[in-house]
Amino acid sequence: MESTERVFERMVREHQDRIYALGYALTGNRQDAEEVAQDTFLRAYRALITYPPDRVHDLKQRAWLHRIALNVFRNRVRSAHPRLVELNGSEPDHGSGPEEDALRHMELDELACRVAALPPRYRDALVLRHVQELSYAEAAHALGQPVGTVKSNVHRGLKLLRGEDHGDPNE
Amino acid sequence: MAILTSDLKRLGDVRAPKGFADRVLAQAGMADSYARFETVLGPVYVAWNRHGVSAAARMASGAEFEDWFRHEVGRSLAPAAPDAQLAEKIEDELSGKRRLRFDLRGLTSFEQAVLRKTLEIPRGQVRPYGWVAREIGHPAAVRAVGTALANNPIPYFIPCHRVVRTDGHIGNYGGGGPEAKAKILNMEGVQLKRLQDLAAKGLRYEGVRSTRVFCFPTCYHGRRAKEENVVLFHDAAEAYAAGYRPCKDCRPAVA
Repeated sequence: MESTERVFERMVREHQDRIYALGYALTGNRQDAEEVAQDTFLRAYRALITYPPDRVHDLKQRAWLHRIALNVFRNRVRSAHPRLVELNGSEPDHGSGPEEDALRHMELDELACRVAALPPRYRDALVLRHVQELSYAEAAHALGQPVGTVKSNVHRGLKLLRGEDHGDPNE
Repeated sequence: MAILTSDLKRLGDVRAPKGFADRVLAQAGMADSYARFETVLGPVYVAWNRHGVSAAARMASGAEFEDWFRHEVGRSLAPAAPDAQLAEKIEDELSGKRRLRFDLRGLTSFEQAVLRKTLEIPRGQVRPYGWVAREIGHPAAVRAVGTALANNPIPYFIPCHRVVRTDGHIGNYGGGGPEAKAKILNMEGVQLKRLQDLAAKGLRYEGVRSTRVFCFPTCYHGRRAKEENVVLFHDAAEAYAAGYRPCKDCRPAVA
């Protein structure tokens, strides 16, 4: 069987984009996304080395990492200080491409911001289902909620994002 | 803007920044970090991980160092900020204080033994290749010792430059050729000219009349003797015959 370290290395390389994208949709900016993704993998590593080999082997990595990432993100929010948003020079790996890329980049950042600003329970469900494209079952597992709840939260989240939700008078 | 699920899907297509995986692996202690440090030897690229310093080289660029490291050590490598504490330890280590830990994983046990033994050679002194071989219990493996030292991944810090040939030739050096080796030894206070003169006459050991102890010529103990009390020997047998015993510190021969 593969050593835990090898498993982890493959896990990072295979899931880095997914987990980074999750951080991006949850936080609404690339710098925080990177921090969330980094902390997620480090927590995963610390857990992994305590697991027996067969547990490591049988792990459903994608759902497991999503669950950790959500926890990392929530713990961050709880302890967060107000952030100063750096407008220049905070994204050294991007922005040097052609103009359309930059435009696309900005549009994406704007959308990520809007998603990140949704109320947490709708946002988390929506992100897992439609950004990360997890199945409802996987999303429910990652959120620790029943499938029905996730479905209705996703639906509500979409409506809020589209500005179609004008509030329920009975709520 | 009417947001469609296809827009949301595009959010999920963002890619992690370049080097992200290597940085994560470095933080987990599975890849090494590296930075460029200014030292008495000039700029040196140094790689490290939680086990200690894992490689060092003088290279023209970080990219060159990364290529070399991946080829030689075979692990991932990520650039990091030069840690101030590490910089201080590096400076101390190069001035003769032992402050660094080294990560020699990935080397054979023979190579590790050679390097650990080499670490024991004090600054300002040199030992022959055969000495290292004998000390690690493989007296016949002189050539293999040379190879292991030539492949030393952490030159300057693990002082392979302090291992020289007994015939007075300085021997090869993986850290920048024989000239670089001579330069570093000079800097450490080794009198190379004198060593070479002795070697040319076949004189390998230095005894002190008053103590009846013989040493390698660079040994600290011999240095305090008065000129007229110094006797030179061609080999250990000659020293023994004259009633001398080997120094317990530099161990020129098995006592």
